[in-house]
Amino acid sequence: MAEIALDRVSKSFGKHTALRDVSLTVPNGSFVVLLGPTGAGKTTTLRVVSGLERPDTGNVLIDGRSVLDFTPAQRDVAMVFQQYSLYPHMTVRENLSFPLRSPVHRLPEDQIKRKVDEVAEVLRISRKLDNKATALSGGEMQRVSIGRALVRNPAIYLMDEPLSSLDAKLRADLRVELKSIQASLGATFLYVTHDQIEAMTMATHIGVLEQGRLVQFGAPRDIYEKPASLDVASRLGVPRINILPAELFGGAPAGARTIGLRPEHIQLGEGKPAKVGRIEHLGDQTRLHLELDGHKIITLTDAYSKLSQGDIVAVKPVNPLYFDSAGLRLG
Amino acid sequence: MAQIVIKNLQKKFGDFTAVQSSSFTIEDGEFFMLLGPSGCGKTTTLRMIAGLELPTSGEIWIDGEEVAQKPAGQRDIAFVFQMFALYPHMNVRKNISYPLVSQGMPRAEVRQKVSEVASLLGIQDILDKPISGLSGGDRQRVALGRAIVRKPKAFMMDEPLGALDAEFREHMSLELRALHDRMKATTIYVTHDQLEAMQMGDRIVVMNHGVVEQYGRPQEVYDKPATMFVADFIGSPPMNFLKFTGTVHAGDVAVALGGVSMEVPRMLETHTGEIAFGVRPEHVRLSDAGGYRGEVKATEYLGTTQIVTLLTAHGSVKARISAATRVNPGETVGLDFNGSTVTLFDTQTGRALHSSLNDGVFANG
Repeated sequence: MAEIALDRVSKSFGKHTALRDVSLTVPNGSFVVLLGPTGAGKTTTLRVVSGLERPDTGNVLIDGRSVLDFTPAQRDVAMVFQQYSLYPHMTVRENLSFPLRSPVHRLPEDQIKRKVDEVAEVLRISRKLDNKATALSGGEMQRVSIGRALVRNPAIYLMDEPLSSLDAKLRADLRVELKSIQASLGATFLYVTHDQIEAMTMATHIGVLEQGRLVQFGAPRDIYEKPASLDVASRLGVPRINILPAELFGGAPAGARTIGLRPEHIQLGEGKPAKVGRIEHLGDQTRLHLELDGHKIITLTDAYSKLSQGDIVAVKPVNPLYFDSAGLRLG
Repeated sequence: MAQIVIKNLQKKFGDFTAVQSSSFTIEDGEFFMLLGPSGCGKTTTLRMIAGLELPTSGEIWIDGEEVAQKPAGQRDIAFVFQMFALYPHMNVRKNISYPLVSQGMPRAEVRQKVSEVASLLGIQDILDKPISGLSGGDRQRVALGRAIVRKPKAFMMDEPLGALDAEFREHMSLELRALHDRMKATTIYVTHDQLEAMQMGDRIVVMNHGVVEQYGRPQEVYDKPATMFVADFIGSPPMNFLKFTGTVHAGDVAVALGGVSMEVPRMLETHTGEIAFGVRPEHVRLSDAGGYRGEVKATEYLGTTQIVTLLTAHGSVKARISAATRVNPGETVGLDFNGSTVTLFDTQTGRALHSSLNDGVFANG
């Protein structure tokens, strides 16, 4: 358990600037998710914290102490990568026990066994403990590599897209599991992903990275409801926020260039007429493609909607978001 | 364009049965999804329809002609793979022209067809560019162009969007479906992604272990699953199953779950044994009045909605409710189920019990 702080960290690789002046605090016991597209600097941030990279400028502090001169081992962090790295000649149990048998820990065998059984239970790999690591499916291997981090009880867990190679169902289950493991351990997690669902559902705080800059940091609800910019607003929410000219509906505040409408900002049944295009029945809800004065709008309505293609439906914004010409949110 | 009829189609590889006696019909102009987990037989089914595999037994009718044992070249269909295979040394125009040129079509006609296809796909301005400089989206459009230009009777697509990242995938799936709506060509599309299947398909076949579990319109399959597998595979999160042992009688409109009476659609059959009470997350409501209790284990915020995981006497239950409702882990709440949407299943066989809700589903197989 520990607090991590990055203080004005920059890092370049040759001509490419991976991190620009990033300051960020991961509070003790929090689950911080760094969200951003490929190349935003997410993985570099993790590597700087773990000690695999040294920042060009700035400082990395763990519990208030600079760790720039500490090796990865001295920082007491456990890292889980997207690509699982297991010892292929060992069984699952041996792989999970391995970190505990290191000279640093020197745990008695009965404790190792108990710990490994516990973690295997949580990750639902108990029945595979005696299998060779190579005899596992991809999803099982990834759970073992998460398990190898969990058995150790380090100060900090660093995870680099650990669920991205798993199938949708397993990913959904493990989201809930990882979050409840983190909460029950009171552990500090710094977790990197480009999957907005993972960020929204697991994080206590989300840090949105774009081109090496931290553009917003806050609780998922704050970032979803009060995005700092158009880019952040587009990064969260399914279907994606509709961005339209501010004046389309009238009543835009001064300085507004665009209006941002999420499905919950769109009231159907009054306002400006829009034409219904494609209708997608997703089961729990229906996705409507609308066209309003030549602009495309995608919104949701209930599963048993009676609308059909070619219908005209009135559209009215309710508490929409407005953005200025620089793409920053107004208000 | 063509109707495709599959009758008792079977494929064995040695001792392994990849596809067991599948039967379904793909209507002319339909966008038809073959959905299932990996290894369920969906790709084998597609390859048999395309003629890339010969079935062990059964019939495949394309446009009124039985083609099960005919080679791919005689079936007049086009196949679009996950990895778009283009000729790297040719420009876009030559790539798209290739199937026509190799048929010996006159030059002027080729030129005209290629320009029609290019305007359909919105790639007129890259026709003379080399393949190597193209974005992923344009490559995919060129690959589609090459498939479309021949005007085949049907298109087969095997996870064509599988390799793309989420953002681009969404964009291409809209584009592909819009293209279909303009062309109205019979299309069979294989995917393991249930949301993609729901979103794009006119109808869906759900397969598991080589068996067709159900086929129908997306909303119908979602609302009236024929098996527990379908109820679990479709929907995110999937349908909740609350298991109990007892008897339900034909004519019942409620079942007792942990001493609490729960409304269900009127039952049309009698069954004794272990039964699963199946309810979709969006049909679970939190209400203080609800007699059935659950402890909140976790909440997952999704912006518009949230998923609440609850621990009940019958296992874990997920509810999808408005994100505006405040729910705290650890608290105990009452649950209400929307009875008219409930499906009961025989857990032994996984089969849905017959009720007034799913009556029509069983009637058309």
